[in-house]
Amino acid sequence: MRAGLTILAVAALASVPLWLRDPYLLNALITTGIFVIGAMSLNLLLGFTGQLSLGHIAFFGIGAYVSALTSLGFDIGLPGGFRLVHEPWPPILGFVLAILIAGTCGYFVGLLSFRVRGAYFVIVTISFAEVVRLVALNWVDLTQGPLALTNIPSIALPLAGLGELTLRTKLQNYYLVLAVGLIAYLLIARLVHSHFGRAMRGLMENETLAVSVGIDVTRTLTLAAVISAAIAGAAGSLYAHYIRIIDPEVFAFINTVTMVIMVISGGKGSLAGPVVGGLIFGLLPVALRPIMAPEAQWIAYGGVLIAILFVLPRGIVPSLAQRFAARRSGKTALPPVALADTGVKERV
Amino acid sequence: MSEFLQHLVNMLVLGGTYALLGIGLTLIFGIMNVVNFTHGVLYTFGAYIMFIVVHQLGLNFFLALPVAVLAGWLLGAAIELTLLRPLRGSDIDTTMLVMIGAWIAMQSGALWIWGGVAKSVATPFPEAPLVLGPVSVSWLRLFVLAAAAFLILVTYLLINRTRLGRAMRATFQDDDTASLMGVNVDLIYTSTFAIGSSLAAAAGALLGPVYVIFPQMGDLAAVKAFAIVILGGLGNITGAVIGGFILALAEELGAGYVSSGYRDAMGFVIIIAVLIFKPTGLFARSERVG
Repeated sequence: MRAGLTILAVAALASVPLWLRDPYLLNALITTGIFVIGAMSLNLLLGFTGQLSLGHIAFFGIGAYVSALTSLGFDIGLPGGFRLVHEPWPPILGFVLAILIAGTCGYFVGLLSFRVRGAYFVIVTISFAEVVRLVALNWVDLTQGPLALTNIPSIALPLAGLGELTLRTKLQNYYLVLAVGLIAYLLIARLVHSHFGRAMRGLMENETLAVSVGIDVTRTLTLAAVISAAIAGAAGSLYAHYIRIIDPEVFAFINTVTMVIMVISGGKGSLAGPVVGGLIFGLLPVALRPIMAPEAQWIAYGGVLIAILFVLPRGIVPSLAQRFAARRSGKTALPPVALADTGVKERV
Repeated sequence: MSEFLQHLVNMLVLGGTYALLGIGLTLIFGIMNVVNFTHGVLYTFGAYIMFIVVHQLGLNFFLALPVAVLAGWLLGAAIELTLLRPLRGSDIDTTMLVMIGAWIAMQSGALWIWGGVAKSVATPFPEAPLVLGPVSVSWLRLFVLAAAAFLILVTYLLINRTRLGRAMRATFQDDDTASLMGVNVDLIYTSTFAIGSSLAAAAGALLGPVYVIFPQMGDLAAVKAFAIVILGGLGNITGAVIGGFILALAEELGAGYVSSGYRDAMGFVIIIAVLIFKPTGLFARSERVG
């Protein structure tokens, strides 16, 4: 049933450009989609290991900068009179490098901070994001600082024997984001249902017990951080090649908060949660734009976050799934065991 | 050498206000186990109270500071009563996210009310700085240092010499036992949050006239406060004071001898370094709280 729902949702999303012709809305959907991928990666950490990364935008931004610099090339002076010159490479290589380098950063942040978890992990990740932002702002030789990297080329897909397809239009980018999003979703779903996923959840629910059955805490958490950071890096790369201009503001804390809101509202620890929460909160500003000033929108944003935590502390998807499951079991009197696979992942 | 002395003097002025910020946050973190993301907004709020009292009400500069402290106290108590009391007993992530929501809403509220244009506060101090041999320091900064030192002393006495302070320390050690001994823990929580918030507002009211006032000024202040708290150890007031001065020194030296662009990176570098080498903070007691 869940596979059926997923296919239905993908088909619905794929059909959107067929009936939605407004470029403004399509643009909002593309940027929302990119942030949904970021939110899915955050959910892997927050929902399945219980570690809240409040510097997640760092991995996204590193992906964006790596990808942009790979495809634009750079020429920087190093201490000692050396010069490092990089000729522009095809953007698709930038996409791959963005994933690899963001993942590597995830490894080091994980290694550093999983010795001290909880509130400390939160603060380390915030600090990491701020340091990266300040480097992007001040290393003008490499990043142009506040002047931004401009004219970032669009992603070009190599087609076997047919040259390349450069993805310039909104329509093409929409399907690119949808495809990457689907791959990320399936990857995370596969991970969560693997041995590794069970180890992650075991750790979250009862660390002492998990350790006693032989789960390596640091290794499991670090691996989760690497995969999460790599997916965020992929999202950042998509962002750079779609928007085609990147400045240090991409590292703004509010962007991390947006992802956190998407995960929390949709339901952390639920695969579909970040997608549902992401679509709601990504498109909410579009809906509010005609009726509210931007400052008032942000006030509403903060208010809605608080309201969700008070009213639906587990998020929209788990609450709905539970209600749906309860009704179904009431009708057909299924044994409680049958509820285990309805997508409700309760934290004990 | 004279340059170094000048950095030391600047460090003292900056460190005093950082210590205020750090004490407020470490009290809330240590006693309530809440990662308080509204701390920076209270700092901003204190600065705007200063601006309102001096420029819009036209009252005395020296009157504005106690008003800002009181306003911070009231706002802190209101946040605690409406947002944190109903969530008592929920996990630290939930309260942290609620605080993030409150922070976004309040900061956007400040932007809405006062606009994004930076404001400055006129002070009654003479323009010419006080010159002492190789170093010079403005009279305003001297006042900031004196006021911060006074507030730190008052807080210290409050915590260590009063009944309320004793109840706070008991709650910090074990809230269940404190409750059994007749301490009204709910009242202690509200008082703690209000006191912490009023200290943040005081820091903002003191540093606002030194720099300029704008709605996002509290963001960096909040992260610096977290750096100070981690440096000093959670819930450790003496640690927060020393941490405030260490952070100020690191920033001054970083700005003076490395690059002024990286001044604000020092706090984060300190956080990361402390967590690598001494994760319990520099001045931790044997047991970590929180």
